[in-house]
Amino acid sequence: MKNFAAEFQGLFFFSGRSLAAVFRPPFYWRELIDQLYVNGLGSLWLIVLTGAFAGQGFALAFANELAEFGAKDYLGRIMAISIIRELGPVLTGLMVAARVAAGITAEIGAMKSSNQLDAMTAFGIDPMRKLVVPRLVGLIILVPVLTIVTNVIALVGGWVIAAFVAKISTTFYWSTLIDRLVFGNLFIGIMKPFVFSFIIAFIACYKGFSSEGGTRGVGRATTESVVLSSISVLIMNFFITRFVWQAIRGFV
Amino acid sequence: MIELRNVTFGYDERVILEDISFTIGESESAIIMGPSGSGKSTILRLLLGLNYPQRGDVLIDGMNLNQISDRDLEEVRKSIGMVFQDGALFDSLTVGENVGYYLFEHTKQSTEEIETAVREMLGFVGLDADQVVDQLPEQLSGGMQRRVAIARALLATNPKIMLYDEPTTGLDPQATDLILRLVNKLTEEKGISTIVVTHQISDAFFLADRFLVIFGGRLIFDGTIAELRDSDQPQVRAFLAPYRQSLELVESKGFRPAQQ
Ligand SMILES: Nc1ncnc2c1ncn2[C@@H]1O[C@H](COP(=O)(O)OP(=O)(O)OP(=O)(O)O)[C@@H](O)[C@H]1O
Ligand SMILES: [Mg+2]
Repeated sequence: MKNFAAEFQGLFFFSGRSLAAVFRPPFYWRELIDQLYVNGLGSLWLIVLTGAFAGQGFALAFANELAEFGAKDYLGRIMAISIIRELGPVLTGLMVAARVAAGITAEIGAMKSSNQLDAMTAFGIDPMRKLVVPRLVGLIILVPVLTIVTNVIALVGGWVIAAFVAKISTTFYWSTLIDRLVFGNLFIGIMKPFVFSFIIAFIACYKGFSSEGGTRGVGRATTESVVLSSISVLIMNFFITRFVWQAIRGFV
Repeated sequence: MIELRNVTFGYDERVILEDISFTIGESESAIIMGPSGSGKSTILRLLLGLNYPQRGDVLIDGMNLNQISDRDLEEVRKSIGMVFQDGALFDSLTVGENVGYYLFEHTKQSTEEIETAVREMLGFVGLDADQVVDQLPEQLSGGMQRRVAIARALLATNPKIMLYDEPTTGLDPQATDLILRLVNKLTEEKGISTIVVTHQISDAFFLADRFLVIFGGRLIFDGTIAELRDSDQPQVRAFLAPYRQSLELVESKGFRPAQQ
């Protein structure tokens, strides 16, 4: 890897330029729709699988543990908090980092290595606006939406365990769960994917644009993009939980 | 109008071009020749503002690329057609979308209008539009891809400058002939300034009277073909030596085929 400071600085300036480009016309709507379609629908099955199995696995582990204390009635409550505040955003973030970030970096990197970015520029088209902005905006829309899907699927998965394994009544599971859908939890739950979408888009696009060294370079950039965006999602998740939750919990 | 003023450019520490100056007027064509790796493609990149010189200025129609805003630079680029050495086709777009790229991006023409123009242009460069228009670039042969690249560069609404980076390398003689005629036609009819980078002295002879030779990072020659042939500069003579025979052959025909 390149010198970390230089890399970070490059990413920082790149992010600034991408944000500025969002507000400079033209805006490429068709590209955005393409992105939403390809990355949204394309990620859906992955998200559904992730949500279903993670939700059930989680619920199963908790149901057993809670039953020992005679506290299995708390399952709905625990599911609400752990899925909406932590697991849903993190799992979705990681899945998007794996699938979408890799795709973005590889595509832009390949375009760079075959001079297509230069060709685009030579046509008077700014690759920042044409490629980065639709991907950034696409993720800003998609990651929160996909997170909500993950949450719903995971909570339904939890219900399956509650109803058929832990033998908790359906109405009780859902009512205790919905009880915990308070502002603070929902705020954290939606703020996280929103922040992740920026991180993933910036890293993935930056890695594509800065890739060097032909096909092997594109491969390396793609790997780094996935690793870096996944780790950043986890780190950012921790800091949001740590500080933002601390800050707002007094108000909920 | 194209102007380079005392341009020095290098990648990192390595100097590629040193103190290059030349001007190419409206409706003027010039050939750039020079050994492989001498910096010919780099000159074209400088003219498009894809790279910036470390010293000196690049001016397009009097505008200094070092000083103009991003917006103006985009406008300048729109007025320049460029055929990249490796084609640089958009590999996830069809041939039709590649050729119509400028029109799709910068005009409000309807899809039908653009498609008509694209088909006409494909025919112009000697491709069977029905066959190739919906194919992806990777499905075409190298020579066909090159023609698509040329078609794409030509199908801009109003290029004032055309830059061709080895447009005929790897083409068969028929296609070469076709492309050269096209380049000439465009230069003459539309009053475009043209720069062609080539290793083919026959092409060069066909296309322009003005020759620029880059050697060892410097512009060692700027003049007509006759002056080139008769130059007694040792570097020019050394560069020209391998071309002598074909030069004489071409000259002995005594005409530029485009004007037949
Ligand atoms: N991206 C780059 N990074 C570093 N050096 C480069 C880069 N691109 C080109 N060069 C170097 O710049 C020099 C000039 O390259 P350029 O492509 O302009 O040559 P050229 O005259 O067009 O050669 P050819 O006739 O083979 O196309 C070469 O020596 C090359 O090694
Ligand atoms: Mg070259």
